[in-house]
Amino acid sequence: MISVKNIQVVFGKGTPLQKQALNGVDLTIEQGSFVTVIGSNGAGKSTLLGVLAGDVLPSAGQVTIGKTDVTRKGTAARAGLVARVFQDPLTGSCGALSIEENLALAAKRGEARGLMAALGPKRREHFRERIAELNLGLENRMGDRMDLLSGGQRQAVSLVMATLAGSEVLLLDEHTAALDPGMAEFVMNLTQKIVSERKLTTMMVTHSMRQALDYGHRTVMLHGGEIVLDVAGDSRKELQVEDLIAMFRRIRGQTLDDDALLIG
Amino acid sequence: MSQIALWGAVELGLVYAFVAIGVFLAFRVLDFPDLTVDGSFPLGAAVTAVLIIAGVNPWIAAGVAMVAGAAAGIVTAMLNVRFKILNLLASILTMIALFSVNLRVMGKPNVALINADTMLSPFFGLGLREFYVRPLFIGVLVLVAVIVVWRFLESDAGLAMRATGANARMARAQGVDTNKQIYLGMAISNALVAFGGALFAQTNGFADVTSGVGTIVVGLAAVIIGETLLGARGILIALIGCVLGSILYRIAIQLALSTDMLGLQASDLNFVTAVLVTFALVLPRLRRGGAA
Repeated sequence: MISVKNIQVVFGKGTPLQKQALNGVDLTIEQGSFVTVIGSNGAGKSTLLGVLAGDVLPSAGQVTIGKTDVTRKGTAARAGLVARVFQDPLTGSCGALSIEENLALAAKRGEARGLMAALGPKRREHFRERIAELNLGLENRMGDRMDLLSGGQRQAVSLVMATLAGSEVLLLDEHTAALDPGMAEFVMNLTQKIVSERKLTTMMVTHSMRQALDYGHRTVMLHGGEIVLDVAGDSRKELQVEDLIAMFRRIRGQTLDDDALLIG
Repeated sequence: MSQIALWGAVELGLVYAFVAIGVFLAFRVLDFPDLTVDGSFPLGAAVTAVLIIAGVNPWIAAGVAMVAGAAAGIVTAMLNVRFKILNLLASILTMIALFSVNLRVMGKPNVALINADTMLSPFFGLGLREFYVRPLFIGVLVLVAVIVVWRFLESDAGLAMRATGANARMARAQGVDTNKQIYLGMAISNALVAFGGALFAQTNGFADVTSGVGTIVVGLAAVIIGETLLGARGILIALIGCVLGSILYRIAIQLALSTDMLGLQASDLNFVTAVLVTFALVLPRLRRGGAA
């Protein structure tokens, strides 16, 4: 479960460029729920994800993941609760390490790391099996450096990495945005499969309204650092991308001029 | 080049292999350009020399030297992590300060260790000629260091350190406290360099405050020569490359200086070093250029 209460985030406080990135955001995501988050550039969706991940510490409010109050904990300190896939494939994995070394690193997420060999035969076999499930042929390249893989392959491996160690929540940060359409679809299907099989509490930030409505149980729209739309259940099923745009206009009373938001 | 000169070069190369491995940890694993080594190498030599003269067991003296080196590394890490000073500058500050510290430790610029018992003393009476014993003895220590560092870097803890240098953001997302890793890595790196200094003092019979000048260049030269020869093929190969690079570097220097034809003399050492390192840096580029 995730719960954020009255979150305030201000960037560049006291400077001419001061920006209220999040303004009193309240959001509770139940155990096993899959929530998609949309919003235009600067709406605060990346900041919200950062607040959950620990990259951004709020100036006010409370963040709870599972049963733990993580409001003041940094990224590394709360990593045991948070699995994450980044937008940039280069960020989520370590190019200089091999595929299996990346997996070994992720398998110990949030745990103490000892002096035992990171890649024993048992672990190797386990990693191989998990990578074989991707059907990308990567199980025969376990010793290859990660930077030899394509962006899509890296994201697929990153998804596996996110599930190797237990976590309370899976955060997806526009994780298909940097991929070509075919690979983006593959990664989304894989995401869907992993999330439903493992019943993960998931928050996915996306630029794509289509993705936001097609996947998950609930959709939240941010604008100007506030939640302006929160739909789930039947009302969400009937919702079309066009409705979303219309709703957005009505709520904000302004015309939509951000093309990025319209990309289906 | 005489046989004694050759084995002398191998011996010196093995001593500096510790520096090369330390530099590899800082520059390659942690991606931390660390010049502290120019101070921690003579620090290791100074601490060992002073302790041995005071009657301390030479192995313990070398151990204390490692602790002193680790402390120097931690100071650099703290300047960088806690006080946000640029890594290169942080290491230069520590290096400068260590020059004075080393003078304080020794009480004078140079301490002689002639006739004192060293780690090598017990091995001299076993029938082997002295110029074989020394490289053999140091070679065994280097082997131990290579194996320990290799196993460490391939352990869970070592992976965390490698990830810190390669992709700190990812490392943090995986729960790695990257600041702690920088402290740990700099401590290990400079402890190894200081141990090199301790061996240097014990094999050469003196500690000198100026013996640290250019240590970083020699260490980097070894790392780069190793990479040029063996390529990037995993941790173990890289560590072997450090050792090999360090030895070959010394032999190349020895050759350059002992070839009368070139007309070089001992004072040209730094120039020859610069030329050699430049070669090692440019050679891989030339090869790639030729292939394309």
